[in-house]
Amino acid sequence: MTHAIQTVEHTYDVVVVGAGGAGLRATFGMAEQGLNTACVTKVFPTRSHTVAAQGGVSAALGNMGEDDWRWHMYDTVKGSDWLGDQDAIEYMCREAVPAILELEHYGVPFSRTEDGKIYQRPFGGMTTRFGQGTAQRTCAAADRTGHAILHTLYQQALKHRAEFYIEHFATDLLMDDGVCRGVVTLDMNTGIVHIFRAHQVILATGGYGRAYFSCTSAHTCTGDGNGMVLRAGLPLQDMEFVQFHPTGIYGAGCLISEGVRGEGGYLTNAKGERFMPNYAPSAQDLASRDVVSRAMTVEIREGRGVGPKADHIYLHVEHLDPAVIHERLPGISDLARIFAGVDVSQEPIPVVPTVHYNMGGIPTNYRGEVVQRRGDDPDAVVPGLMAVGEAACVSVHGANRLGSNSLLDLVVFGRAAAHRAAEVIGGRGKPHSPLPEGCPDPALQRLERLLHAKGGKPTAAVRDEMQHTMQNYAAVFRTGETLDEGCKRMDGVYKSFEDIAITDRSLIWNSDLIETLELENLLGCAVTTIHSARNRCESRGAHAREDYPERDDQKWLKHTLASMAPNGQVTLDERPVHLNTLTDEVDSVPLQARVY
Amino acid sequence: MAQFTLPANSRIRKGKVYDAAEGGGETRRVRIYRYDPDSGENPRMDTFILDAHRSGTMVLDVLLKIKDEIDPTLTFRRSCREGICGSCAMNIDGVNTLACTKELADISGDIKVYPLPHMKVVKDLVPDMSHFYAQYAGLEPWLKTQTPTPPDHERLQSRKEREALDGLYECILCACCSTSCPSYWWNSHRYLGPAALLQLYRWIADSRDEATEERLDLVNDAYRLFRCHTIMNCTATCPKGLNPGLAIAKVKRLLAEREV
Repeated sequence: MTHAIQTVEHTYDVVVVGAGGAGLRATFGMAEQGLNTACVTKVFPTRSHTVAAQGGVSAALGNMGEDDWRWHMYDTVKGSDWLGDQDAIEYMCREAVPAILELEHYGVPFSRTEDGKIYQRPFGGMTTRFGQGTAQRTCAAADRTGHAILHTLYQQALKHRAEFYIEHFATDLLMDDGVCRGVVTLDMNTGIVHIFRAHQVILATGGYGRAYFSCTSAHTCTGDGNGMVLRAGLPLQDMEFVQFHPTGIYGAGCLISEGVRGEGGYLTNAKGERFMPNYAPSAQDLASRDVVSRAMTVEIREGRGVGPKADHIYLHVEHLDPAVIHERLPGISDLARIFAGVDVSQEPIPVVPTVHYNMGGIPTNYRGEVVQRRGDDPDAVVPGLMAVGEAACVSVHGANRLGSNSLLDLVVFGRAAAHRAAEVIGGRGKPHSPLPEGCPDPALQRLERLLHAKGGKPTAAVRDEMQHTMQNYAAVFRTGETLDEGCKRMDGVYKSFEDIAITDRSLIWNSDLIETLELENLLGCAVTTIHSARNRCESRGAHAREDYPERDDQKWLKHTLASMAPNGQVTLDERPVHLNTLTDEVDSVPLQARVY
Repeated sequence: MAQFTLPANSRIRKGKVYDAAEGGGETRRVRIYRYDPDSGENPRMDTFILDAHRSGTMVLDVLLKIKDEIDPTLTFRRSCREGICGSCAMNIDGVNTLACTKELADISGDIKVYPLPHMKVVKDLVPDMSHFYAQYAGLEPWLKTQTPTPPDHERLQSRKEREALDGLYECILCACCSTSCPSYWWNSHRYLGPAALLQLYRWIADSRDEATEERLDLVNDAYRLFRCHTIMNCTATCPKGLNPGLAIAKVKRLLAEREV
């Protein structure tokens, strides 16, 4: 068939989609091994949202006191409320040490200790000796660690002469009988569609924070890989687990790092009380994020919030030595000044729990290969498709991610995926079998349809409805009733996309079209999130059901799988959690009550 | 006498006026440079009239409001909305800065928004950044060492040595500085510009890097480095408060000392 849109074809050994921390680490890892690699990204690499990570990256280096990767593993399993796969968690925590040293060797400008080693700060849920003491495990470059790491990874990609397609928006996977054969992208600069064939496609497209009205995530965090996977008929995993960061700036939503509490900051309510000891007697303000966000929400709901509407909480750093603030927290001082009008040395920062991270995503094993349930095999690999970073659900974060485990996830699994892809492909320039006739047609038709969409609802209006629905019906606390109503409303919003209207008809830098493609991806994420949340009748990690306040390991110690038909109909399934470890160097962490 | 005018296809026409104020209160006029590459027409200045109290806090808020509610074809880059990704660099109220951290309250009168100056415009507020990025890549901006990497621990760096990177590593590659520099306007094909030179000095200043001589050789040229005439627009405009002018002066000084 003929298309008004022009197309160009390419063949590569590997195509990576996304150039944040995980995508860049995977990209140059494969270039380093001689594979013919392309990285396609909708923003210039250093604009990816990894750049906004502040507090640090965890690794049991033991630079600031005793530490052991096994303790890190214990903390991560407990943080995940036992929903994390322990084989993958073992892999991540063990590989953390060489992965972070490697980052330093690449030139990351880490802050330093008196003896010149990488500086490490305390972070929520990070302990020594299996919960006994407080660990200083989070390696920091002041409060700009994500920026420092992302720029360094881009520099390494330049060094390895990796090939980039910048400001290319990936629209769809090329699937052929259950095998991923490539990916279709739109060059935003020219409007030309590029059809990439590859032996492996690696999705590193990040999270979908923008499904909510208030989030710390960038405008570009729109779950594009998740959307592509759903359209390919594959499931997403554990989508009900959405992390609310305790300290987003009230109103603006910008992140204020957990590192602030790591350096001694604390929260107060309207009575000026430090309330965290009532909720987490031992870890207090450094309890894990789901615990702190719930505590803040309870304080606000019970009328102890601050401000004229009593709807937020104060975060204090005034008591800290100005030299410490200047050296270790310069970035958040700027953010508080610009977005809250606050001088942190004089007054508290107004904060509120804000959507921050998606534990759920594309299910993978610890090598980065996408998996699905096929017959009796819950871990069947989808040939040709891998996923890393926030887009993926390995699952190392389970029901709740610990702060500073995300940057770690990016570099460890970005690297693992590069190794695995090289192993599976087995050398540079292997021949590609031809694509079946018409394989890219659905992707092209979708683009054509949206480019000429003349419905009654502008993209911004549908997006606004989705964001408010998710904000109101899939929040910190959930009930069966609100989730039922939320599912109904989200299904309605999803349907309304059929009536979408685009104004810009140009093929050159059509950001109206791009936002519409992003909206379609977000809608898939939102619908699967709220249906998965309604289905899970227990409270675990970030999923807090008031009608089911306890964790229920009998019924719910399992991953949720959610697939979506083109009409928005969600089908739910499940996969077992891997309670086994990868090696016998460490014991599996047995189920226990989660108390901080 | 010589006359200086813009090339014919760059002259700006009068554009459309969109009155979206609901009336009653104070209004703000936002004047935005528009360029539609498909139309073959010259760029124009569109004017949007909005209620002041519903315009948001930052210039980016106003741009998003216009895109969402008035004209979805308005085109600009944006991502993090907190001043760390460097996407939304543009010329606002006569100064290059980030739309996401520029407060409306700091602008008196009309809010005038143009793309970064002296760049090829792709569409509306989106300039072509490829030459700027190529100059950055051409510096080989990565750690270079001869000393073998320690196999099982980090390279040591004292706190004082690390402090030497403050004010350098924080650069977000937004290009506000380079596109504010008259030398860069006239000679960007050969002069590297303040952003790239700040990055060059970031590696020279790093105690772990062992390629200072090579890095100095790379820029020791009448254009690449020495087209900097200490105009200091770079430092005045940097939205992150960095001082590229000082970094360039330090590179020049290292070269001067080497010649002696």
